[in-house]
Amino acid sequence: MASAEQGLRVVGKALRKVDATAKVTGTTKFADDLFLPRMLYARLLRSPHAHARIRSIDTTQATTLTGVKAVLTGKDLPIPFGILPVSQDEHALALDKVRFVGDPVAAVAATSEETAAAALARIAVQYEPLRPVTDAEDALAHPEPRIHEYGDQGNMHKLIHLEFGDVEEGFRDADLVREDTFFFEGSTHLPMEQHAAVADWSADGKLTLWSSTQTPHYVHRALAKVLELSPARIRVVACPNGGGFGGKSDPFSHEIVAAKLAMVTGRPVKITLTREEVFYCHRGRHPTLMWVKTGVKKDGAITGMHFRSLLDGGGYGSYGVASTYYTGALQTVTYHVPRYKFQGARAFTNKPPCGPKRGHGTPQPRFALEVHLDKIAEQLGLDPAELRLKHLVPPNSITANWLRVGTMGLGRCIEKVVQGSGWKDKFRKLPTGKGIGLACSSYITGAGLPIYWNAMPHSGVQLKCDRGGGVTAFCGSTEIGQGSDSVLAAIVAEVLGLDPLDVAVVTGDTDLTPVDLGSYSSRVTLMTGNAAIQAAERARDIIARHAAAKLDVSPERVAFAAGRVFDVERPERGLTFADAVQLAEAAEGTVGTVGSYTPPPSPGTYRGAGVGPSPAYSYSACVAEVDVDPATGIVRVPKIWIAHDVGRAINAATVMGQIEGSVYMGLGEALMEEMAYRGNRNVVHKIPSLLEYKSPTTLEMCDVVTYVVEDPDPNGPFGAKECGQGPLLPVPPAVANAVYDAVGVRIDEVPITPEKVFKALRRKEKGEAPRFGPAAFPDIAWPEATRVPPPWEGGDGKAVPLTPGASPGKTRSRKPRARARGR
Amino acid sequence: MKRTITLTVNGAPRSVEVEPRALLALVLRDQLDLTGTHIGCDTSQCGACTVHIDGRAVKSCTMLAVQAEGHAVTTIEGLAAKDRLHPLQQAFWDKHGLQCGFCTPGMIMTAADLLAHNPKPSEAEIRHALEGNLCRCTGYQNIVAAVQLAAGAR
Repeated sequence: MASAEQGLRVVGKALRKVDATAKVTGTTKFADDLFLPRMLYARLLRSPHAHARIRSIDTTQATTLTGVKAVLTGKDLPIPFGILPVSQDEHALALDKVRFVGDPVAAVAATSEETAAAALARIAVQYEPLRPVTDAEDALAHPEPRIHEYGDQGNMHKLIHLEFGDVEEGFRDADLVREDTFFFEGSTHLPMEQHAAVADWSADGKLTLWSSTQTPHYVHRALAKVLELSPARIRVVACPNGGGFGGKSDPFSHEIVAAKLAMVTGRPVKITLTREEVFYCHRGRHPTLMWVKTGVKKDGAITGMHFRSLLDGGGYGSYGVASTYYTGALQTVTYHVPRYKFQGARAFTNKPPCGPKRGHGTPQPRFALEVHLDKIAEQLGLDPAELRLKHLVPPNSITANWLRVGTMGLGRCIEKVVQGSGWKDKFRKLPTGKGIGLACSSYITGAGLPIYWNAMPHSGVQLKCDRGGGVTAFCGSTEIGQGSDSVLAAIVAEVLGLDPLDVAVVTGDTDLTPVDLGSYSSRVTLMTGNAAIQAAERARDIIARHAAAKLDVSPERVAFAAGRVFDVERPERGLTFADAVQLAEAAEGTVGTVGSYTPPPSPGTYRGAGVGPSPAYSYSACVAEVDVDPATGIVRVPKIWIAHDVGRAINAATVMGQIEGSVYMGLGEALMEEMAYRGNRNVVHKIPSLLEYKSPTTLEMCDVVTYVVEDPDPNGPFGAKECGQGPLLPVPPAVANAVYDAVGVRIDEVPITPEKVFKALRRKEKGEAPRFGPAAFPDIAWPEATRVPPPWEGGDGKAVPLTPGASPGKTRSRKPRARARGR
Repeated sequence: MKRTITLTVNGAPRSVEVEPRALLALVLRDQLDLTGTHIGCDTSQCGACTVHIDGRAVKSCTMLAVQAEGHAVTTIEGLAAKDRLHPLQQAFWDKHGLQCGFCTPGMIMTAADLLAHNPKPSEAEIRHALEGNLCRCTGYQNIVAAVQLAAGAR
């Protein structure tokens, strides 16, 4: 069609969000805003023990309370579930054991929330406490008692060992070999909306669940499994999420419980978690201990890298196996690493489960790598910006671990922030107490593989063109505030020459919309966007064919713009979009099309190659300026410069918003956010409230200068790559590097609290190592390596045969793996 | 023992039977169907439930409904004139001052109080006024810009 030649009318503009009027007037219906006739309210009884066997539960006194309509315990929902097929280790209500303080044990539905809460107090649970596992190193030291009856060894959930080329040879070739140890504390998403769900069971045997979920498709699957209902009888509607950040990506106990209670009582049931309960749902950043050893030439060229990570997973699997792989996957996509070795371990511990928080498993290793490189640059006497610029991964290349990099705008990003911040005049030149630091990063634009293995598309869009000229786009994608509804409307509007505000979007509803896997892994703009282009182009082709006949020109001459369909060579000759739809409908019947998207296959086929591949990688560079008070250790960040390679901005305003929001969240993790637990083996969450969990307010948030770098990627819709997660990653290491520039101490651990800076400064004064951070990485019995030769060593993406008798990466669970998988 | 209270809500007189211990935020949402007032914490930090009591911004989870007896309550639903958005609502839309929109009603109500009493606030004054309203999406950049725009538009 001719419209592509006319330039873009919608894409790239800073347009208002399509759903914003409802949000500014308070009329958006979040899950907790839904009220149905005869609705009951549910509450969950949660474990006061970190690790205990359940000896008995007596619900008699709760059941007899006036207003109580149903009480459930684990035996009512015995089928296990979990987001990953390999970790079906959760029960909606604990069956025989509790694994963290806050693990749900029983549920009540009553005529009011107060009655439900009063009923919980009448449930008598007898526990037999077990020794709790407090953190990952404790899990290594204490394989017994096991938290789960599956996992690679003792309380180690997952052990990974991958080697791409001979890193020892790389270290022998190096002029400098450096080792460092880092720790990244856990943090939580803290969406402003507390999770809520409403379930309705209709007389004809159909279940509807409205929920604040980022992944309605996965909730749909979990409900079908646990409730033993046909998916055809379940409808999951994702309400607009009041923030997600990864925290609403798992199927949750409260969703399954609300559904079951609705089925049992025959009445609608609402459950809204308290803020304290949201801390127990967690699925946030894994606390991660890391060790990295890198060999470099005098000019900073990396000759080999060996990276180890130990993740504190909490009480359940969640996305943890993927998170663990992610701590080792993306080290290779920024600077050329010719030989790379990764060993990763995830421990089960008796704390709320960790999972995917913005950046999923990659902010921790990125922090380690970027601070490590800052130290290497100093030792080599090189400018850290120059060192990075010299050794960038080339575009259109394959990395040592077989990730295919397409467009690569990191060089332009570095140049932008170096120039904008006045880096060359400031680095190592600012007065004591003031400092500047640089760091870079990369992130996936959607995971290349689905969470459960299948060959179907990752995103589908259906388009309906109404004879009145309206267009409705149906897609399973989920609006969590990131602007996915606006992206969908913009892309359809671009192709069909409409105003995005005239495109109706129906999203996140398993009855109405084709599957989109959900709002996670920064996948929606690229995958939904490509599906939307295909659906819209198919509709455009149908409409153009009939408009062309009417205008007596070839279809190639038909253009779509400003609500008109016209001859591109004589624009005054045309008809309205509505009239054009009517011509098409009269000739062919209802004008409806579909589009779908499946990511390209990845070149790597070794075991573990499924985590890391993506249709496109985004890149970010960040410079942070800090003020450090040497007397108190307080770090203030007045300004951050961030440049992000987004390929192409579909909406310039929402892209800027995502980048600035990422900087904000990265700043919180850098300076203050932590999931802290009380000691003495209590494993009680220290701060399950907004009162104590610190997050930046308007006063802590820094000034941000944002540069959007656009280098359209052939795999993205109109060239777009992600921007919702990647720009978080370079912020913590940039701040840490700036603190060193300011006061000469290395804080190898986030958050960079005043206490840590103060201690490091005192050590410096005493002539000790001017540093705060972990001392060592523990010994772990790694499985034999999966060895995969890199592309430049003649590899083909497959692992080389194993040593006879060894079983790399395989479970060494004492019980057969199938038992943990449930059905 | 429930009590009947009378108050003005968004300009209209209302009479509602409430538990003496009921928080205003819950009564607005559950009994008066004004769900634009959001609840984001249980400890009065987030500010999502901010409303106006006699024109001043108050976190409606910090007061009992019975304390509102005889007072005028304005929620986000009552902020706009009938046929057009309040300048702050328009500015939040224009400046992309929201993403998920959950904190937005509270942010707008707090900012409306600020502008009513300080029509030309400095950036520092805006940031100070909004300190008690948390947002996890935006980094506050565009929220501050939206308030500045609305201040200019008045």
